[in-house]
Amino acid sequence: MARSETPIIQLKGVGKNYGNVNALRGVNLTVRQGEVTCILGDNGAGKSTLISIIAGLFAHDEGEYLVDEKARRFSSPREALNLGIAAVYQTLALVPLLPVWRNFFLGSEIVRGWGPFRQLDTRKMWDATQDELQRMGINLEDLEQPVGTLSGGQRQVVAIARAIHFGARVLILDEPTAALGVAQSGLVLRYVAQAARDQGIGVIFITHNPHHAFLVGDHFIVLSRGEVELDAPRADLTLDNLMFHMAGGTGLSTLEHELHSAPPAATVA
Amino acid sequence: MTEKADTVPLRQQYQPQSYWKQILKRPEAGALGGAILVFVFFWLMAPPFRQFSAFTTVLYQASTIGIPAVAVALLMIGGEFDLSAGVAVTASSLAASMFTTQLFGNLWVGAFCALIFALAIGALNGWLLIRTKLHSFLVTLGTFLMLQGLNIAITKLVTGNVATRDISGMPGFDSLQTIFASNIMVGHAQISIAIVYWLLFVALATWVLLRTKVGNWIFAVGGQGESARAVGVPVKQVKIGLFMLVGFSCWFLSMHLLFSYNTVQSGAGIGNELLYIAASVVGGCLMTGGYGSAVGSALGAFIFGMTTEGVIYADWDPDWFQFFVGAMLLLATVVNTWIRARAMKGK
Repeated sequence: MARSETPIIQLKGVGKNYGNVNALRGVNLTVRQGEVTCILGDNGAGKSTLISIIAGLFAHDEGEYLVDEKARRFSSPREALNLGIAAVYQTLALVPLLPVWRNFFLGSEIVRGWGPFRQLDTRKMWDATQDELQRMGINLEDLEQPVGTLSGGQRQVVAIARAIHFGARVLILDEPTAALGVAQSGLVLRYVAQAARDQGIGVIFITHNPHHAFLVGDHFIVLSRGEVELDAPRADLTLDNLMFHMAGGTGLSTLEHELHSAPPAATVA
Repeated sequence: MTEKADTVPLRQQYQPQSYWKQILKRPEAGALGGAILVFVFFWLMAPPFRQFSAFTTVLYQASTIGIPAVAVALLMIGGEFDLSAGVAVTASSLAASMFTTQLFGNLWVGAFCALIFALAIGALNGWLLIRTKLHSFLVTLGTFLMLQGLNIAITKLVTGNVATRDISGMPGFDSLQTIFASNIMVGHAQISIAIVYWLLFVALATWVLLRTKVGNWIFAVGGQGESARAVGVPVKQVKIGLFMLVGFSCWFLSMHLLFSYNTVQSGAGIGNELLYIAASVVGGCLMTGGYGSAVGSALGAFIFGMTTEGVIYADWDPDWFQFFVGAMLLLATVVNTWIRARAMKGK
C-alpha cells in the first residue's frame, strides 16, 4: 500500500484543563499512515484525556489539533468518526448474545427491498464479515456463534475489524491487551501490526505494558502527570530505556538506590 | 479452540452444521420438545383429546394466550417486562364498549378510540421506564394496579354494574364481528379467525426479528443496551415501540373478546399477564433479555392451551391447570438453560 508522508493527525502543544486542574499540557503527536504510535503512562498520567480529545469526546483548551492539515475542534465522536478517526474502547460495544455477523453490522445494517418489505441482506452482511475477518487472518468456525463465546482476543479483533470496515483511517485502541492473557494478547498485537502494515491504518495504541508497546510500536510517547516525559521514535530507544521511563524514570531509580543501598534497620526506623 | 486455529490465514469455507445441532441451538428447541411431550401425555390420558375438534379448541385456547404472548416475547427479547398486559386487554375492551355506548354510538369509532388508548398505555409504560430509569417490573406493576382499579371503578361509575352493556345492537357490530370474531369452516370443524391472526402475527414477528434491522436492534437492546447505544441504535425508541406493540396486541385480543361475548366483565384479565410471560419463557425467552423467539412464545401458548383443554378432557378438576403451568414453567426453564449451555459450548 502506498504511504503518504503527510500526517493524518497532528497535535501541536495540545492541553486540557478541568477547572484549575491542568490535566494535559504541551502534547505533540503525529499519526501517519501505517504507523503505530504508542502512548504509555501510569494511571492518571493523562492518557484518557488525550484519547478523548483525539476521538472527539471533548475539545482541547490549548494548542492545535490538525486532521489532514486542517485545524479541528470536535464536539462529538460522530464528527471524528466522519473523518475516519475511530476509537475502540475496552467495552468494545459488542452484544454478547448476538451472532458475530449481526454484531459486525449492528447499527449499520445492509438492507434491500422497498418500503415496509425492506429486509436485511444477510448474504451480503455474512460475506462481508467473513471477508473482513479472513483478510485479517482470523478464522472463526461459525459466524453464527454468539460473540460471547469468542475468546477475549478474538472479540477485541472483531471490534477492530469492524472499525476498519466502516472506514477508520486512524484507530485509537484503548488498552486492548489489558484484560488478556499472554496468548490472547499476542493475537491482538499481531492483528494491530498487520492492520497498520497491510492496510495503512494509523494506530494510536494506549497501553501500560511496555513489552506490548515495543513489539508493535513505531513511535513512543510516555505521559507523566499530564506532561510528555518521553517522545521518541523506535530507532532511538531500547526496551530497557522505554521501561525505565515507563516505570517512573528517575523517580524509580532513586527508590531503587534507596532500597538497595540503605541499611535495613535505618529504613524501618 | 487453539491459538493456531485462530490465525490460519487460509481462506476456508465454513462448515455448515448438522441439522440436529442447528435445531438444538434455536431458542424454541426446549418448547418444541415440551409441546410434543404434553401432546403425547394428553393423547394417552384423555381419549376425547384425540379428536380433531378437540385440537381446534386447543388451538383457539392457545391463540387467546398467544396473541399477546408474541408481543410480550418481543418485549422480553428487548429486555423488558409488561405486567399490565393482562388488565390492558380488559381495559381496551372496556374503552371500546364505553366510547361507543356513552359517546359516539358507533363501534368503528369506539374500536379506533380503544386502539389509541391501548397504544397510549404502551407508550406511557415505555416513557415512564425511560424517564424514571426504574426496572420495567416496577413501572408496569404500577400501571397494572392502576388499570385494574380504573377498570372496575369507572365501569361501576358509568354503568352502575361491574359489567358493560351488550353491544350487539350497536351500528358497526356485524362488520367488526366478521373481522375479529368470525369462524371459518375447515372440513367439518369450525376454526376461530383468532387462530389465523395468531399464526399470522407469529410469522410476521419471526420475520421482523430475524430479517429486519429493527429485529436486530431488539436483540441488541435487550442483550447489551449500552453497546447498542454506542453503535447508534435508537435504544429508547425501540423500547417504547415494543411497549406499544404489546399495547396493540392487547387491543387486538380485546376486540376478539368483545365481539365474541358482547359484554365485558371489568374484573377480567388479572393474572393473564403472567401467562403471557410464562409462555414466552417456556418458549425460550431469557428473563434477562437479548434471547428468545416468536415461534417459541407460540409453542409456549400451545402447551398452555393443550393443558387447559387436556385437563378438562381428562375429566380432572380444572384447578390442576395452574399446577401444570407452574410445573411446566420450572421444567422448561431448567431444560432451556441446559440446552442453551450445551449449544453454546458445542461449536
